[in-house]
Amino acid sequence: MAEKLLDAQDVSVEFKIAGEYQKALHKVNLSINHGEVLALVGESGSGKSTFAMSVMGLHNPDQTKVTGSIKLNGNELIGLTERQFDQYRGVSVGMIFQDPLSSLNPLMKIGDQIAEAMTVHDKHTQQVSNRVLGLLDDVGIVDAKRVAQQYPHALSGGMRQRVMIAIALANEPDLIIADEPTTALDVTIQAQILDLIKEIQQKKNAGILLITHDLGVVAEMADTVAVMYAGQIVEKAGVEELFNHPKHPYTRSLLRADPSDVKPGETLYAIPGTVPALKDMDHNKDLFLQRVPWLDESVVNANVKDELQQVGDHHYVRGTAWQNFEFNDVTEGENQV
Amino acid sequence: MSDLIRIENLKVYYPVRSGFFNRVTDNIKAVDDVSFSIKAGQTYGLVGESGSGKTTIGKSLVGLEDPTSGTILFDGEEATTIKQKKKLNYNKDVQMVFQDSQSSLNPRRSIGEIIAEPLKSFGVPNAIGAGAGDKRSFDQDDIDKRVLELLEIVGLPARTVTQYPFQFSGGQRQRIGVARALATNPRLIVADEPVSALDLSVQAQVLNFMKKIQRDFGISFLFISHDLGVVKYMTDNIAIMHNGRFVELGTTADIFDDPRHIYTKRLLSAIPSLDVSKRDANRAYRKRVEAEFAENQAAYYEQDGLRARAYDLKQITPTHSAALKKGEA
Amino acid sequence: MWRTILRRVLIMIPQLFLVSILIFMLAQLMPGDPFYGNLNPNSDPATIARMRHAAGLDQPLYQQYIHWIDRVFHGDLGTSYAVNKGWTVTRIIASRLWPTISMGIIAAILTYVFAISEALLSARHENKTIDRILMVWNTITSAVPSFVFYFLMMILFVYLIPIFPASGTGIDDSQSFTTSFFSNLRYAFLPAFTIALFSTNSIFQYLRSNLLDQQAQDYVRTARAKGVTIKDVFRKHILRNAFLPIASGIGYSITGVLGGAMFAETIFGYPGIGALFVQALTSRDYTVITAVMLLQGFLALLGGLLSDVISAWVDPRIRVK
Repeated sequence: MAEKLLDAQDVSVEFKIAGEYQKALHKVNLSINHGEVLALVGESGSGKSTFAMSVMGLHNPDQTKVTGSIKLNGNELIGLTERQFDQYRGVSVGMIFQDPLSSLNPLMKIGDQIAEAMTVHDKHTQQVSNRVLGLLDDVGIVDAKRVAQQYPHALSGGMRQRVMIAIALANEPDLIIADEPTTALDVTIQAQILDLIKEIQQKKNAGILLITHDLGVVAEMADTVAVMYAGQIVEKAGVEELFNHPKHPYTRSLLRADPSDVKPGETLYAIPGTVPALKDMDHNKDLFLQRVPWLDESVVNANVKDELQQVGDHHYVRGTAWQNFEFNDVTEGENQV
Repeated sequence: MSDLIRIENLKVYYPVRSGFFNRVTDNIKAVDDVSFSIKAGQTYGLVGESGSGKTTIGKSLVGLEDPTSGTILFDGEEATTIKQKKKLNYNKDVQMVFQDSQSSLNPRRSIGEIIAEPLKSFGVPNAIGAGAGDKRSFDQDDIDKRVLELLEIVGLPARTVTQYPFQFSGGQRQRIGVARALATNPRLIVADEPVSALDLSVQAQVLNFMKKIQRDFGISFLFISHDLGVVKYMTDNIAIMHNGRFVELGTTADIFDDPRHIYTKRLLSAIPSLDVSKRDANRAYRKRVEAEFAENQAAYYEQDGLRARAYDLKQITPTHSAALKKGEA
Repeated sequence: MWRTILRRVLIMIPQLFLVSILIFMLAQLMPGDPFYGNLNPNSDPATIARMRHAAGLDQPLYQQYIHWIDRVFHGDLGTSYAVNKGWTVTRIIASRLWPTISMGIIAAILTYVFAISEALLSARHENKTIDRILMVWNTITSAVPSFVFYFLMMILFVYLIPIFPASGTGIDDSQSFTTSFFSNLRYAFLPAFTIALFSTNSIFQYLRSNLLDQQAQDYVRTARAKGVTIKDVFRKHILRNAFLPIASGIGYSITGVLGGAMFAETIFGYPGIGALFVQALTSRDYTVITAVMLLQGFLALLGGLLSDVISAWVDPRIRVK
């Protein structure tokens, strides 16, 4: 089997909060092949972005402990010095963020911001300005020459996100991390940006780590899906398998909470309760079960193995509670916070 | 069923000043001649992208914005200007819920004070239900009682009264915003992107809850959103807005099953589908609609300065109208 | 851009007019009148009345104002009654202007140099010892009245370690400005240095919190994700964004120094506009007082204009409008 593009094994992340380290990510295993789109799905606070920031090495080293192994093209990233990390950020991995306006320096011309992504790694790069125009062209910006001379505030939201993509692509990285790339955009612009990301990915055979809370975006984009809850992966499968045969109670709950396929007369499934605070996360349990009110305490408090169980072809689920899980349609919908 | 609120030829223009003497040289037509009406107990969806003018309509309806021209008839009485609204005590009947529950709740006020605020202005109604309660009490005890009652309706414990907004999650804060809006027994609630800042599971809580209070109290909603999935689930009627104009208007089924305007088609084609097997087909369809939009845009709009202005709506069926191409019936 | 500036300048005209009325009224409110203390106590009322009439002081207020503003327009600010009796006010101000400018410029530059270096040190080492020391230092200098420090510096560098002259300037009317500027440095340096050392607080606090704010911005994360080193992110991205709000204050600083530093000039015996103002106040030399106030009012308006121009010049988001 060919070498994996990204191979993360047992990645845990702890943040120092009020003097104590608290776990935000617990033994995450994920891998991405060349040309694969992996969607990491979950609600806010699930740890999706924490994982992405670990791959980028962008956690504040004074307040964060990252353990485990993250290999990119076979090279270990955990334990790299800042200087070593700087040489690989933006070269082997490019990143796209949620809010393209705040993610661009308001006082720097678009062209300069794209050029910086190249010159920072190679001071002697030839014809940077031509390559900037080429990149703007690649991301579908028609009037590249004029746009390069503009400042971010003069562009529309969709244009800005195209610029962000151009920055991420500048050094033709093998892996692109897109953290909620369309959440701040209108739906027609979202569709354009998603199509653009897909197109580029196919053309360059890049791997994509797509972080999103939007199931529609997942269904449109992903090859593989990993569902996260409270710092752990609870389910992992190919995209069709996941949408057609979801197993874990959390995955199933999310799908039933999405209004797009529910008839107006039906009630949406509202997941009761909230994601626990970091200090209350006991990662030996399946933490989501706390939010299923009709389950027996013995089920909720049962210890669960760190490793996911294989339940099908490339389909993995955490714990065993899914085997007997049924929705209790009496309480459904009447749940309160 | 009669109309609860009727909006006729509403225009909201913002002057553009330029030149040496700062004279008004142009207008930004945030809302450009729109008419619609909401029936009692129904949900009306207002859909459009950012800058389409949908929020401005919401603001003129609750009285945060004075229209440039047009009329707003509430229950048959004119309530167009802020002054007219004041005279009618209109805001006891029309309230607003905002997108950002974080910034729309005063961080220095307790939840009890926040919910009591409209009660202090309009009094505590002596009955429950949309518009109910002719006799209104300004007695502090009644206010306190009503606050507790409202918290129960939105499913928050009584101790919430003494707590502050930062102590709650996004979904809970949104419920508090709804409790405040419900306080005076309004007949219409303008909800401006009420769930777009929320996670899926919490969004479901708030949407279910809105439907429930509509069932229980007969409240009407103007539901402003850019999320077509949510709008489809929530609304009875929809208006699609583009550049300050309505391009299409109809029942939810009219809009989703038989979109007639190119912009509506474009919006609908952009919704990501949960059906993975159709995604390539969807993408191809979207590309086709994009191409059609690019090609036919000129036919569907007249040029108004730099803006594309949709033609006037033409009726297709009794419930469905669209700003069709010139010459198209 | 030019059009905006021109419009701003035109708006300044009515503003200046208002300021002049205000100053004129304030001068009227001062106890006594210009003859106060200058009259022979034995003068008979008729003589006083004659003198008042000659000076136009028996006319209605608005006429007095019109006369005054008319003279101001013709460059006639009146004659000093006390500070330099018999000199025209224009001449007095002219003689004080160069010392004030030369010291003011040095003081302004040093203030920014000190405040910026302190803020950079603080922000780079947030919550470390150096940051804490600078925070305490700036709190002290802003809490204690500045003249206390001026006296301390005076005692230290003029009497205990006498390396600076006690008073005066090196400016000589017969020399060119550049020559006298350099011969003046020895006199101007101590007051300028002292002013700068103890007036960093507001710029320091503002810039420090700006720098910390900017470090948490999303564009910093973008730059880091490109592979830009922390140091370069600071240098190329954060600094400019953090300086932006400070830049607009520079306009006020530039014009502010021309108004003179009252305490410092007086304590260090430095004959600038600030000291002149104090002298004029104590001797109720009202022509000089109104003239200096008018100058300061004008400078404040000019400072506002300059600040707007600077903001527009450095911030592309403002530039378009």
